[in-house]
Amino acid sequence: MERIKNLNKTTRSHIITFAIVIVAFVVMQALIAAHAVSHSIIGLLVPICAYVCMSISLNLVVGISGELSLGHAGFMSVGAFSGLVVASSLNTSINSAPLCLFVSIVIAGLFAAIAGLLVGLPVMRLRGDYLAIVTLAFGEIIKNLLNNLYVGMDNKGLHFSMKSVQALGMEGGKMLIEGPKGAVGIPQLSTFVAGFILILFTLFVVLNLIGSRTGRAIMAVRDNRIAAESVGINVTKYRLIAFVVSAALAGMAGALYAMNFSSIAPKKFDFNTSILVLVFVVLGGMGNIRGGMVAAAVLTVLPEQLRFIGDYRMLIYSVVLIGVMIVTNNPKIQRALEDFKGRFRRRGNKAAQAVDSLEGGVSDE
Amino acid sequence: MTNNGMSRRNFVKLSGIVAAGLGLAGCGGSNQSSGSSGGSSVGSGAGAIKIGGIGPVTGATAIYGNATKFGAQVAVDLINKEAGSTVFELNWQDDEGDAEKAVNAYNTLMDWGMQVLVGTTTTTPCVAVASKTSTDRVFELTPSASSTDVTAGKDNVFQMCFTDPNQGEKSAEYISKKNLGKKVAVIYNNSDAYSTGIYNGFSKVASGLGLEIVSTQTFTDDSAQDFSVQLNDAKSKGADLVFLPIYYTPASLILQQAKNMGFAPKFVGCDGMDGILTVQGFDTSLAEGLVLLTPFVASASDENTVNFVKAYKELTGTGEDPNQFAADAYDCVYAIYAAVKAQNISASTPTADMCNTLLKTFGSGTFTYSGLTGKDMTWSSNGEVSKDPKGVVIKNGKYESLDAEA
Repeated sequence: MERIKNLNKTTRSHIITFAIVIVAFVVMQALIAAHAVSHSIIGLLVPICAYVCMSISLNLVVGISGELSLGHAGFMSVGAFSGLVVASSLNTSINSAPLCLFVSIVIAGLFAAIAGLLVGLPVMRLRGDYLAIVTLAFGEIIKNLLNNLYVGMDNKGLHFSMKSVQALGMEGGKMLIEGPKGAVGIPQLSTFVAGFILILFTLFVVLNLIGSRTGRAIMAVRDNRIAAESVGINVTKYRLIAFVVSAALAGMAGALYAMNFSSIAPKKFDFNTSILVLVFVVLGGMGNIRGGMVAAAVLTVLPEQLRFIGDYRMLIYSVVLIGVMIVTNNPKIQRALEDFKGRFRRRGNKAAQAVDSLEGGVSDE
Repeated sequence: MTNNGMSRRNFVKLSGIVAAGLGLAGCGGSNQSSGSSGGSSVGSGAGAIKIGGIGPVTGATAIYGNATKFGAQVAVDLINKEAGSTVFELNWQDDEGDAEKAVNAYNTLMDWGMQVLVGTTTTTPCVAVASKTSTDRVFELTPSASSTDVTAGKDNVFQMCFTDPNQGEKSAEYISKKNLGKKVAVIYNNSDAYSTGIYNGFSKVASGLGLEIVSTQTFTDDSAQDFSVQLNDAKSKGADLVFLPIYYTPASLILQQAKNMGFAPKFVGCDGMDGILTVQGFDTSLAEGLVLLTPFVASASDENTVNFVKAYKELTGTGEDPNQFAADAYDCVYAIYAAVKAQNISASTPTADMCNTLLKTFGSGTFTYSGLTGKDMTWSSNGEVSKDPKGVVIKNGKYESLDAEA
């Protein structure tokens, strides 16, 4: 107790964030073991994990670095497709599924990071609306490139083409990515446990980055670019760091996502998916990692749990979005929440003090 | 108290939102339950076989999903009426044409207790769902997912429609057999698996059949508004026939733009073209002389088709003719019914046993079914259907069979 109390506020907040994830995981595992959850929830677990990772990684760009990026699904798709090529080609030589998944997720992250760097170098010289438009365009470019990408594998190894299947010149073998058709017959390696570990990893990277010297520099650039520049912070460099790390994490989430389904098409990672992830972040509160995670989980489950009302679920979904926006932005409601929190905190502090004095009296540490 | 956080006005706003939400939930709920609960209460005695359906009821491809949904519903209603008891119970779930949503829909149906799956309507979701049904041992018959990947490597998945390459080859054969044109221009959607699949099949056999492809032009979903470049290329290369293996929405634009630039070759489409006459705001005179290959024609005069069209119009209440997708879904349900009757399958048969019996029946090669979309259809054990395409030409705003005319 004493030790936790002595930790600084951010560290304590980080521990709570990790604890929420771990508790949620343990509770879900227990429920699954007890057969208390439906097929539909179990089927949603891996997509939820992937979306939570996406939300955390986009939060790094939108919330922490303060840039509006509208092309995050592009990095997800780079990760998804590079990951599945790796997984499909290693599937026969690596027997252990978790190891194969691990290798492909790592390589997916690398490829997405490279894509992030290539996009980021020109883009990070822009600001505000321009940045939003250019990221949107890059997201679309990535989608269209993947729409024309053909990858096949035969005895000689991997073949790449931007034209057609025939241009690959394959001798038998099998197609891994087939242009607009995307990939089919993907090894389904993703598991809930893998998703959970990926969330922990993503959280670890992002939270540590935020707390580091680099993170403080990134936030300084966000808060006042001129002031940050005047104290010698390399603005482009720090914005680029946030952008590339975020792209890499999105790529990893993409690989996890792709390997949960046996088919995936480039069309999936369009502008709508980018906006979906942005909605998670905005709804959870920009810069609020925990809120973004909860929003991702809730907004993924909500449309599925509303299936019983048919097409009206589309309406409810948007009503919920608008409702949350109005409620959280209402100053009076915000004040009420703060009051409530304050009262809770005061009472909590009193209780803690009481406990402390008791403990002190009994055990005298 | 100063910290009374919520004013009266805000309270009213909030409760308005909540009430609106509840109201929608309420009316939605009653809508849906009338379909499914009615079925289960009637069929409680003998027990109805639970058929699940998956297809896009909302989103960009909703028109196909709705057609398959209503087509399947018509078949289920007719079967139940004929039999005098509830043989089948249908539960249709929306997948928005997306693989992730389709798997979610599949899991929802598994919670409901689905025993046979009719779906999914579109290809990419179907591949994802097929790998699930294959591991869970649920029999799957798709009305319209036409890629070969749908059935590859799965013994429990069968198709009611042609595969894409197969359709491309059949189209080329048909064009050369009927002498519709020699110099062919192709405009296809290279961001779409269906369109690319047909084109690949078509281009593979075209030259062997004496067709010269003079121009191959592509577009994507995002650039499906302006086709002047593609049409100009076809025109300047002297094409006398333009093959459009695409869906009808972009095709309606192509016809309009071709007319505006005074380019009047023969246009030939595939089954995705079916429905072009129902596009809102489309001048149907533009489609005069358009040839399309489709397994189903709503204007056919045989008894089954007439009954189906009538029941379909009653069910949808829009007065629109059913398209090929609806007919495929109808045939799916009836083909399953034929197999169920032949094998004495009942609702109490475990799903895995039902799957094994059905896949053996369908894959035996001796099981034939005659329906709206073909006579004496058979299936190979890899799940592909074999049936003949019908050529249709649009005359006076109506489909007319080209085979009868010739």
